[in-house]
Amino acid sequence: MNALDDRSGLDISEELTTDLLVRFLRSEAGKFGFEKVVCGLSGGVDSAVAVALAAQAFGPANILGVMMPYRTSNPSSEADARIVADSLGISTRKVDISDMADGYLTEAGVDDRMRRGNVMARCRMIVLYDLSVEWRGLVLGTSNKTEILLGYSTQWGDSASALNPLGDLYKHQVFQLARHLKLPSAVIDKAPSADLFEGQTDEDELGFTYEEVDRLLVRMIDERWTEEDLVAEGFSASFFRLVAARIAANQYKRLPPIIAKLGPRSVTHDFRYLRSWGH
Amino acid sequence: MDCRMHLAQLEPTLGNLDANLAMHAQAVAAAVAAGVDCVLFGELSLTGYFLKDQTAEVALRRGEGPLARLAELSQEVSVGAGFVERAEDGQLYNAYGFWEDGELLSVHRKVHLVTYGMFEEHRDLGAGCEFGLVESKHGRFAILTCEDAWHMQGPMLAFHAGADALLVPSASPARGVSAGAGGIGSVQAWGGVLSTWALLTQTWVCHINRVGFEDGIGFGGGTRVLDPFGQESALLEGLDAGVLEARIDSSALERARVALPLRRDERAWILARELAQRSEAGGWEGRGE
Repeated sequence: MNALDDRSGLDISEELTTDLLVRFLRSEAGKFGFEKVVCGLSGGVDSAVAVALAAQAFGPANILGVMMPYRTSNPSSEADARIVADSLGISTRKVDISDMADGYLTEAGVDDRMRRGNVMARCRMIVLYDLSVEWRGLVLGTSNKTEILLGYSTQWGDSASALNPLGDLYKHQVFQLARHLKLPSAVIDKAPSADLFEGQTDEDELGFTYEEVDRLLVRMIDERWTEEDLVAEGFSASFFRLVAARIAANQYKRLPPIIAKLGPRSVTHDFRYLRSWGH
Repeated sequence: MDCRMHLAQLEPTLGNLDANLAMHAQAVAAAVAAGVDCVLFGELSLTGYFLKDQTAEVALRRGEGPLARLAELSQEVSVGAGFVERAEDGQLYNAYGFWEDGELLSVHRKVHLVTYGMFEEHRDLGAGCEFGLVESKHGRFAILTCEDAWHMQGPMLAFHAGADALLVPSASPARGVSAGAGGIGSVQAWGGVLSTWALLTQTWVCHINRVGFEDGIGFGGGTRVLDPFGQESALLEGLDAGVLEARIDSSALERARVALPLRRDERAWILARELAQRSEAGGWEGRGE
């Protein structure tokens, strides 16, 4: 079988993965005294899987799904988010971010589509972190490994969270879990979209499909194949270089801010403690 | 030898000696109540694993505080547990102690520190440089701490020293969730490695792993005992903390060694000669020796 069609290494055991992720959520939240989470519910597959896992970990009553439409958002996104919430029995809340975002966008005269999208994503982050105090729950992340590696997210926006069960799952694997968790077809069958402008789809913006890039990424990242190995297996060199360049260019999004080292022990350099320190 | 044991698969709290010691005391009390001979804990069971800068903060001198308490606890049942040792010269080691009748019988300092991928043991710890035997009243035990069991020399030396059992404490992270693999990849890999050592060294193998999470890294459990034929004789399934009760005895060792006379037919002198020749020729240069 050609590597372009070969999903070996990509297909996961859904039961085992679900068990590990539910335990991860309980353990990592529980050690800091949390039994609740709050999550942005976009109507897409990532947030649907994240809240479904959290509902298993903490019980549906302890999950707050927040719909945060902007005035140009597709109404079907909110409708799909409600279908997910209803199917899981979790609590929901709607916060329209239009006034909040426009307060700045109008004042600053921001027309650029990417900048406007980033502002919306950061407004949603502000809402979630504020509601996390009221709800007494941690902010649940929904970024998957494909997005994180490609840098397809807004720094301090949709990438911000306290704990993320999907961060080591490629998009293909998120879809696997969505089917395993029997999530509504409304979120599984539609084309993934950040819904930041009309007609946007992830795959149009990226210029390749998730299936194509996931088969490449699992070999590049997890199995450490070289460009030579991958080209021999049928991947194009230009595709490899495009993806490799994206991964490297977006490393800054995956790390804390750079701190200039001056003293003998510096945070992020050689002051080395886990979050689990004493927990 | 006829030893009944408890293998305690714990979820230690990172860097919290008091909480972890209490967990050990509870498990020892359960072992005493069950009337077993020995209770074994995992690697760094007193401290948790990804200690980083906490390593020096939780290090203990032999006989100090929590280790003195473990000695006391061993009055009624033999105890094996992991800790960070602060040696007389100030070096820190990933250590595994074995206490019996109120005394510290032996300390194994992990030889093969893991420093690749997610691991950085050599950044914080010194490497041990010997494999000894614990001469317990319950048997002759060789301790191979986690990665020590992934190199051939430890099991081979235990084989030549006449060990009855290899005790393999670990803090092995769970990784690998591929479809069709039949379980967590790392746990499956352990099963293969340990079965091979049990079969080839013709000893019992007691593997004590841990569970729980440290900053998103989960530990894979899979605490198990393998007989001298390489077959699994007891397994703690799943990812919960718990206790595996097992029994190891001499009769299985004798049967295995008659059925397959590996010890009789070993030609250790060939290996010794080859290694000596390589050593004389400077063959270890550039390998950290």
